[in-house]
Amino acid sequence: MTAFRAAATAALPAALLAALIAATPALAETTLSIGTQQEPTSLDPTADATASIDGMLVQNVYETLTQVNEPGEVLPQLAKSWTVSPDGLVYDFALQSGVTFHDGTTFDANDVKFSFDRAMAEGSVNPSKSIFAPIASVEVTAPDAIRITLKQKDGFFLFNIAQGDASIVAPESVDGNATKPMGTGPFMFTDWTRGDRLVLTKNAAWRDAGSVAIDRVEFRFIAEPAAATAAMLAGEIDAFPGFPAPELMEQFEADPRFTVVVGSTEGEVILAMNNSDEVLKDIGVRRAISHALNRDAIIDGAMYGRAQPIGSFFAPHHVSYVDLTGTYPHDVAKAKALLAEAGVTAPEFLLRVPPFPYATRSAEIIQGQLADAGMTVKIENVEWGFWLDEVFKKKNYDLSIIAHTSPNDLGNFARGPDYFYGYDNPEFVKLWDAIKFEADPVKRDALLKDAQRMVADQAVHGFLFQLPKLGVYAKGVTGFWNSSPVLYQPLATVAKAN
Amino acid sequence: MTLLILRRLLGFALTLLAISAAVFFLMNVLPGDPAMVILGIESTEDARAALRDQLGLNDPVIWRYLAWLGGAVQGDFGVSYSFKVPVAELIAERLPMTLALAGLATVVTVALALVLGVYAATHHGRAGDWAVMAFSQLGIAIPAFWLSMLLVILFAVTLRWLPPGGFPGWDDPIAALRALILPATALALVQSAVLARVTRSAMLEVMRQTYIRTATATGLSPARVMWRHALPNALVPIVTIIGMQVANLVTGTIVIENVFYLPGLGRLVFQAISNRDLITVQAMVTLFAAIVVTANFLVDLAYLWIDPRLRART
Repeated sequence: MTAFRAAATAALPAALLAALIAATPALAETTLSIGTQQEPTSLDPTADATASIDGMLVQNVYETLTQVNEPGEVLPQLAKSWTVSPDGLVYDFALQSGVTFHDGTTFDANDVKFSFDRAMAEGSVNPSKSIFAPIASVEVTAPDAIRITLKQKDGFFLFNIAQGDASIVAPESVDGNATKPMGTGPFMFTDWTRGDRLVLTKNAAWRDAGSVAIDRVEFRFIAEPAAATAAMLAGEIDAFPGFPAPELMEQFEADPRFTVVVGSTEGEVILAMNNSDEVLKDIGVRRAISHALNRDAIIDGAMYGRAQPIGSFFAPHHVSYVDLTGTYPHDVAKAKALLAEAGVTAPEFLLRVPPFPYATRSAEIIQGQLADAGMTVKIENVEWGFWLDEVFKKKNYDLSIIAHTSPNDLGNFARGPDYFYGYDNPEFVKLWDAIKFEADPVKRDALLKDAQRMVADQAVHGFLFQLPKLGVYAKGVTGFWNSSPVLYQPLATVAKAN
Repeated sequence: MTLLILRRLLGFALTLLAISAAVFFLMNVLPGDPAMVILGIESTEDARAALRDQLGLNDPVIWRYLAWLGGAVQGDFGVSYSFKVPVAELIAERLPMTLALAGLATVVTVALALVLGVYAATHHGRAGDWAVMAFSQLGIAIPAFWLSMLLVILFAVTLRWLPPGGFPGWDDPIAALRALILPATALALVQSAVLARVTRSAMLEVMRQTYIRTATATGLSPARVMWRHALPNALVPIVTIIGMQVANLVTGTIVIENVFYLPGLGRLVFQAISNRDLITVQAMVTLFAAIVVTANFLVDLAYLWIDPRLRART
């Protein structure tokens, strides 16, 4: 070996040897491979709602003015601080200085204005265009300062602009973001083999690069739960933060090579009822259905016990959560009595189920529970595009099972009768407006609790459980969020012990 | 012969035309708005309208089909709605892997099936025959998905000889081949089960013929009788089944690529359908149809090569 090396040194020109040494990767490089079930189609979170785009890229490649941490608090990001005018309408943001995009172009207030104007523009295809609706204007007040003026107060504004939809992009690179995302974050986009993997590498120029422990991140797309399990067991994957199969968690818990974390997401799973339907618009019928449901049995059967029951449309990990699971306890006799009182005999419902395991598994259990209370449910498993069209757009359904994964989505009940709930309650609209405009945290907390109670009392839907976040990690991997208040997962704080 | 090929080429073109039209109109009556799928349930109606406009979905269906067809004959299959890159590029980056997988699976299938089938036929009624028949019965009954998982658990998780899935790309051909061994085996075991049975019965049929007895009587070795005289005469039904299995192989790769998370065409078509990426589905289904039609055409040509009597007739 030594002889060979000496011979090689003698034979090769020094420059070539130097090049060879330089090409050898540093031994200390830490690569983290993360399994993810959903594969993105485009890499631009400002033009496509696919959750995995945000999951992989937001706060890693792209950054936003503000960011949200695991408990759901709003923190500075590209905006290092801000002030709000007393009337709550004018936000003045002071921006980080010395920030560059990964292609070397400088970040400044003009990029912020460009990003917001683009999202708000008439022909904009931003998937959450409504979060920009309260904005009246965006002005550059200095190269490192931006002023956003609102038309009306918006208590969710700072939280909303922390989302991937409000990613700060550059006019120079925005058109390429669908395939070559360009941001200012701690990781740079490196490579994407569609159908296989997406690779990020550490951005050494990031303002806090010293604290980033991972040099290279590989997201591997594995849709099939059995394949995901095999990949974890074979040591191909270090982390699966959104593991797709609750039934397989026990296997990992029993294995000392892994850490299993069951956290929560923002996804409230509901038995959606079409409140504009002739039969279901009767609150007595909706209450009967609510009494007929046995949440614990649904959670055991569909989620292998790994989910928290909910009694209203609100995440249990939120500070303003009220436990309303006791509003309509499982009571078959009561359900039958309520149906009789409503003058409804042997009702039949069409349950259209989207293709998600939590939904398809819950459907048959719910069918059985409603049958016990004298209600016939016809299950129709439909594909996602069909669901969006027939259930969501055309309200062509009686019942459905769906998780609402957006944060702060209690406002869905204020969307009026055209929304697929078919729920029309001006009182709730008034309450939600009050919540939106309320800046005082104590008053706002009380209002949020009132809103949860109103929705539960009206039995608008059957409230089932909070969608869990099931994480499986190889021992030594740390820093992943247990629960997800937003769609993204920052990787700057993740580490892997070798 | 030339006439046959010309007739087949015309049929080929007409089949593709019919299939592309059928797929186009079917995909367009299927409920589901691509803009809604892409932008999600929080999107506003005006954003969806803007996207539909960008994608050209507001034009009449007939016009869109003709525009697509006009582009397709010139090799332009349009730009994917959801991936935002040319469909031809999407297909081109995935085709080599799927072809390699299907090719490898076919080679293993044919080799395994011929050996097993001939072995069973020559050991007719004995233990070896029963073993082959039992294997093929199992192969027909076991779903490819389940078989794949068994292979992964044994060879990737327990023994760690091969990767459990994924594809490292072609830069390292050895690694690429290693990644394809388990999926190709899973596909081939199921396919060869059917083919082994057909080979066995075709061989048994041929071995009853008097010319086999004559060949044996002239003092040729049993192996020479088998491979030189019996097998070539048993090939027509075997080739027919191979041709039919190409269609199965195409659908089989969709399942297998999902189980082994391989970046191939099967996974792309699955994704494109759920994303309502109509323009991508359109090109892919037409491509699959072209593959199956080509396979059938090659089978017909193979008949001519195998059986000189057919050559005389055309």
